[in-house]
Amino acid sequence: MASTSMIDPVKRRSDFRKVVTPYLYLVPAFLVMSVITFYPLIYQVIVSFTDFQTKDLLRGLASENLNQVGVQNYVDILTGGLPVQNFEFFRVLTYNLWWAITNVALHVPAGIVIAVLLNTPGLWLKRIYRSLYILPIVVPPLVVATVWRNIFDEQYGAMNQFLTNVGMLFGSIDPVRIRWLEDFTPPIPWLLPNGPLTLAYYAMMIANFWLGWPFMTLVATGALQSIPKDLYEAASIDGASGYQQFRNITVPLLRPAMIPAAIYGFTLSFNLFNFVYFMTGGGPARSTEILVTFAYDLVRNLRLYGAAAAFSVIVFFVAMVIFLITNRLTKATENIVE
Amino acid sequence: MATYTESKQSKNPIVRFLTMNTSREVGGRELPLWRQLVLQVLCIAIAAEVLFPIMYIITLSFSSRETRPSSLELFPKELSLTAYKQVIDRPTANPVTFIELLRNSFLLSVGVGLSSLMVAVLAAYAFSRFKFKLRQVLMVLVFVPLLIPAIGLSTPLYLLMNSFRIADCGGAIAISPFASCAQGLGRVMFNLRDSLWGVGIAMISTALPFAVWNLKGYLDTIPRELEEAAAIDGADTNQIFFQIVLPLALPQLAVTFFLGFIGHWQEFALPWLFLTQPESYTLSMTLYNMTGQYANSVPWNRFAAMAVIVALPVAITYIALQKQIVSGLTSGSVKG
Repeated sequence: MASTSMIDPVKRRSDFRKVVTPYLYLVPAFLVMSVITFYPLIYQVIVSFTDFQTKDLLRGLASENLNQVGVQNYVDILTGGLPVQNFEFFRVLTYNLWWAITNVALHVPAGIVIAVLLNTPGLWLKRIYRSLYILPIVVPPLVVATVWRNIFDEQYGAMNQFLTNVGMLFGSIDPVRIRWLEDFTPPIPWLLPNGPLTLAYYAMMIANFWLGWPFMTLVATGALQSIPKDLYEAASIDGASGYQQFRNITVPLLRPAMIPAAIYGFTLSFNLFNFVYFMTGGGPARSTEILVTFAYDLVRNLRLYGAAAAFSVIVFFVAMVIFLITNRLTKATENIVE
Repeated sequence: MATYTESKQSKNPIVRFLTMNTSREVGGRELPLWRQLVLQVLCIAIAAEVLFPIMYIITLSFSSRETRPSSLELFPKELSLTAYKQVIDRPTANPVTFIELLRNSFLLSVGVGLSSLMVAVLAAYAFSRFKFKLRQVLMVLVFVPLLIPAIGLSTPLYLLMNSFRIADCGGAIAISPFASCAQGLGRVMFNLRDSLWGVGIAMISTALPFAVWNLKGYLDTIPRELEEAAAIDGADTNQIFFQIVLPLALPQLAVTFFLGFIGHWQEFALPWLFLTQPESYTLSMTLYNMTGQYANSVPWNRFAAMAVIVALPVAITYIALQKQIVSGLTSGSVKG
């Protein structure tokens, strides 16, 4: 009895190993992340309180020219005090939210309708349509954006040429010359009171629609397959019309799958850097700028490193707030389902 | 095991989408002809919308005309490879060959993919299989970076990488930030920021948390019976990891690698911010240089050929691995 109550050195060593092993497996990851993630995050906050500029690049934080400016960068960003034309933080934030919401609001319904269409029993050539409709998922967004940028070219772009062809059918002979990506006058001025929704916004909506709905169709098709067929049979015996079946069976049963997909789409569109940067670069006059493209412009072109750091800290908080809200939404919908 | 594979298959949207039962479904109702025709018109219209930009760019890339298109063409009239040949011979006005661009893109995407994978699989194993005190805290620390937009870290990464320089101060070699030349800059021989190494290291900061998340989600779904049996037979943790878990996770390692590859291949923001020497440019940077207001001299058929070239590796990877990729993504998200 005495020997078992005494701490056996071998057992103790194995206990120690048991406690330490998981941490040993985590050491490489945390070493790497400390250097390239956590330290930069802290460094970012420090830089955000300085007026770090190109002249300080040589010596970094040790530079003699570097001034501590307190929260000046943050104040400048929020009140429009940055030496940057056409930038107003809350206009860009509103536009960014609007851009993400309108995208999702188009992609999700279109995705559902097309999924339902493809799910029609007895439809011919289904397999061919399905493999075609998946193509936009396969092409890298950055290529998609450059291609659409050329399509919307004023003189040589395919969109104006297409519209010219359509116009010819109706007897018009003038070539269409819409300045999709350059025109600054908003076609529907009242749509977003806080900022101009230029033609470039609509052009980007068209291009991103092409990119976005197939994913939603994919998710909706998966969810449609799990709806029991007898629900529809029972409904049609009771005399429910096709629309009533869609409204009262399909839509409610698709909801649990579509809400996470919509949230995923929202976050994706909210931070859609490559697409926006390649298609308009935020122009014309920063009217299609989103937060991430502006953050990038601050460091890449304007080289205001202090302000860029402060802006990235703000973007970080915006991302956190959005995550907390969407996380809440996902949790809430999970509860409804259960 | 049987239920496990079954549930995995049903969670795979692309596979379900493509292999769904398409014959006359249960109930066997025939679609009335007029409805069939209306729906066919709709389906063809959607197919036209999907194919419009694809056909446009493919047609353009096979054209030999250097002038910009004056009218809409969606079907190739000729199958000329001139544009491809020109792009491969001399991709940009910069002194850099196509092979170098291709090599840089591949080095970055493969290097970042492999190195983040090696580190990530260890962390994923720890999070998936061990209960330990700081598990929750450390998991939050690893996964929080996933919530930050990647651009958010570009400023500090730029500044930090930029402070690692090797300079020749006329005889003596100074390595910043540990030492610098007594006067001035010296002749900078190496700037970590201005090299593929720096870009690669910076890219790992987003690649690593994603790989951990993806692998942990998969490891959580692997049944533990094998490991428990091995433990009873006296295998220690390391043996279990290297001889049982790693081989089992191999397919998912490949999937995570290729998912990462798709993303890294398109990486633009960091290289475009960091790199200034044309010989270290990547393909996506070149594609960006071929569009927009500064690219008026670039013939569109060459741009189109470049777009197709940049898109191909991603498209091929997707099509070859779509089944594994989608189930990989969902297995990660289900267990988070």
